[in-house]
Amino acid sequence: MIGIEHYIVVSTILFVLGVLGIFLNRKNIIIILMAIELILLAVNINMVAFSAFLGDLVGQVFAMFILTVAAAEAAIGLAILMVYFRGRGTIAVDDANRMKG
Amino acid sequence: MIQTIAFYMFAVLMIASAVMVITARNPVHSVLWLILAFFNAAGLMVLVGAEFIAMLLVIVYVGAVAVLFLFVVMMLDIDVAAMRAGFMKNAPLGLVIALILLAELVLGIGAYRVGAIELGTPMASDAPAMVESNTAAIGALLYSKYIFLFEIAGIILLVAMIGAIVLTHRPSKSKRGQQDIGKQNRRRPEEATVMKQPTVGEGVEL
Repeated sequence: MIGIEHYIVVSTILFVLGVLGIFLNRKNIIIILMAIELILLAVNINMVAFSAFLGDLVGQVFAMFILTVAAAEAAIGLAILMVYFRGRGTIAVDDANRMKG
Repeated sequence: MIQTIAFYMFAVLMIASAVMVITARNPVHSVLWLILAFFNAAGLMVLVGAEFIAMLLVIVYVGAVAVLFLFVVMMLDIDVAAMRAGFMKNAPLGLVIALILLAELVLGIGAYRVGAIELGTPMASDAPAMVESNTAAIGALLYSKYIFLFEIAGIILLVAMIGAIVLTHRPSKSKRGQQDIGKQNRRRPEEATVMKQPTVGEGVEL
C-alpha cells in the first residue's frame, strides 16, 4: 500500500533535482526557470499528499495558490528574459552585470 | 495492487523526466520533458484523490506555462553550445549541494518515521468533505473560508499579466507620426485660436 512516505520521498527527489538543475545550468536562464517550476511542483505534490492523507482539504486549496504564484512568476520571468534578450542579444547570466550590483 | 503499480510508474517516469529536464542539451527538449513531468505529477495527484488539482496542473502548467516556455525558447535565438559550456565545471559543486540537501531531507523523513515529529492527525470530522466530489469540496472551501485569498490570487494574476505586457510592449514606430492624445486634450481654445480685427483692405499678419 502506498503511504505518505512514498509521496514525500518522490517530492524530495524532485526538489533536489530542481536545486541541482539550477547549479548545473548556471548559464541558461530558461533551464533555471524550469528548475524553479520543478521545485514548485515538488512542493505541490507534498501539499496534495499531506492534504489527502490527513483528510484536510486546505492543503489542496493552498496548492492551488502555489500554482497561481508559479504561473505569475513564469510569466514575469519570461517577460524579463525577453526584454533582456532584446537588449543584449544573449541570455547568458554570467555577464548580467549591466546594473553593476 | 494496481494503485501501487501506477504509483511507481508515475513516480519513476516523473523523476526520469525531471532528470532529462535539467540535463537535456536542447532547451526545446527540456520543455517537452517538463510537460511529461507535469503529466506524471498530475497522475500522482489523481492517485490520492485530488482530481481538481491534477486537472488544474494539466491546464495551467501544460496548457499555459509550458507553452509559454516553448514560445520563448523558440523566439530567442540561443547558442546551445555556449550555454552548455559551464555544465561540467559546475557539476561537482551542484552535486555536493544536492547531496547535502537530500541528506537533510532524508533525515527529516527519518525523524518523521520514528515518530519524533507530530505532523498532524487525520481529521475525522472532515471526512464528509471527502464523500462529495473533490472539486465540489474544494469549491465549497474556496468560495467561503478562503474567498479573500482567492481574490488576492486573481489580483496576483492580473498584476502578472499587466506586468508582462508592460515589460514586453514596444511602442510602434509608424511612419505617419504619432497621435498624442494627451497633447490633444491639453489644447485649449485660447492658445489655439487668435482673435484679430483687421482693418479693411490690409489683411492679417499672423
